[in-house]
Amino acid sequence: MNHPTDLYYSKSHEWVKFLDEKTALIGLTDYAQDALGDLVFVNLPEAGDEVTAGEAFSDVESVKAVSDVFSPVSGVVAEVNEELLDAPERMNEDPYGAWLIKVENITEKEELMEADAYIRFYESEE
Amino acid sequence: MEKKTPLYDAHMRHGGKMVPFAGYLLPVQYGTGVIAEHMAVRTTCGLFDVSHMGEISCIGKDARKNLNHMLTNDYTVMYDGQARYSPMCNEAGGVVDDLIVYKVRDDHYFIVVNAANKDKDFAWMKEHAFGDAVFTDLSDQVAQIALQGPKAPEILKKLAGEEQIPVKYYSCKFHCRIAGMDCIISRTGYTGEDGFEFYLAPEEAEKLWELLLETGKEEGLICCGLGARDTLRLEAAMPLYGHEMDDEITPLEAGLGAFVRLGKEAFIGRQALERGGAPGRKRVGLKATGRGILREHLDVYAGGEKVGVTTSGTFAPYLKEPVAMALLGTDHTKPGTAVEVDVRGRRVAAEVVALPFYQKNKNEREVSL
Repeated sequence: MNHPTDLYYSKSHEWVKFLDEKTALIGLTDYAQDALGDLVFVNLPEAGDEVTAGEAFSDVESVKAVSDVFSPVSGVVAEVNEELLDAPERMNEDPYGAWLIKVENITEKEELMEADAYIRFYESEE
Repeated sequence: MEKKTPLYDAHMRHGGKMVPFAGYLLPVQYGTGVIAEHMAVRTTCGLFDVSHMGEISCIGKDARKNLNHMLTNDYTVMYDGQARYSPMCNEAGGVVDDLIVYKVRDDHYFIVVNAANKDKDFAWMKEHAFGDAVFTDLSDQVAQIALQGPKAPEILKKLAGEEQIPVKYYSCKFHCRIAGMDCIISRTGYTGEDGFEFYLAPEEAEKLWELLLETGKEEGLICCGLGARDTLRLEAAMPLYGHEMDDEITPLEAGLGAFVRLGKEAFIGRQALERGGAPGRKRVGLKATGRGILREHLDVYAGGEKVGVTTSGTFAPYLKEPVAMALLGTDHTKPGTAVEVDVRGRRVAAEVVALPFYQKNKNEREVSL
């Protein structure tokens, strides 16, 4: 499983890529997409919506189940990856290319882990 | 603590993601994922461990009378080796379980029941047995493997002589031998495709599993898990106990009227079914016309009024759209009826459609080799 070292990771299995201090892309980790299985549906917020650290901003559905996606940061949605609405399988195929939302004006963030700490975290969770 | 099926080690070796199901640890999927497994069964072939299913024999000169008394279908005229599906009703007309009966001979039948219900079923059968009929729970002595998909006959022909391969859908051959292993080969399944189910001793299950996988390699045979089993049966609109029927849903409501023979001798539940008349709700198919995936236990609305509830739902991998089955008031069961489904607080538009969603070779019940 692949977990790039230039990203940060949340305990709820999202990745965060900071583009600058106040702007970041958010997606599902490789571990998350593998655990969820084939993704067939995603609900995304709209640009301008506020997201809050630790709260759900989206839900994704695999063939079998629905899962919430939590925001690791508080801020405002600048952009959503609309490609995923028609091609949710991109989150399985390329979890780090398939970002869900871009957040700007970040005011707060959850406690995030680096890649090696994240791997230790989910291994201990299993 | 969940039990392991005789194929547990094989699942681990092949990368099965194990989950607890009906008291057993079974693979929900393998590394290829539910969609690839589903598509393999629709286009080539898939292999399933269904050893969790329960098997019960019914032996004695009153065996057939017992079946006709306990089951809604009619078992009077059957040839040896024929299989027949039936609901088993309680006095109120609700469903205790749905099952398949194989006729071995006049005084001997082999019954296959749902894993989650096998103890309940066995107790029910013993409680209602009469005359010369002995019910025996064989579940721990029988493993079951399903080979499903259009390539299944081709694969099996490489391993079994023609005389061992049942030709008719819903029939079986007893006392078959594949590579020295004794088994029953049945032309049945739960996927909406052609295919076979093998019943054999647990000690030999792993050997047959590996032999089938190896033999079907060039046809594209892969291991499939419970996830694909559910999406396949749902796409083919096959009912699942605990969803489309249960203790409080009658077979008539579940659209299984063809398996309820009111014209035969008295059977458990018949009075209630007759008294109840035409059911006030019926099983229908739904397709989402709005954005969203329909799941089980969601409220269905028409014109702002609740008209029923979904019983199963998923994203159908072959049809590539969200589908569901639902029990709706009979005023709302006509194909084309517009409804709304409450998906976690959001109303998703859907349409009533005819069942099944998917059907291979429409109207063709008999298959040939």
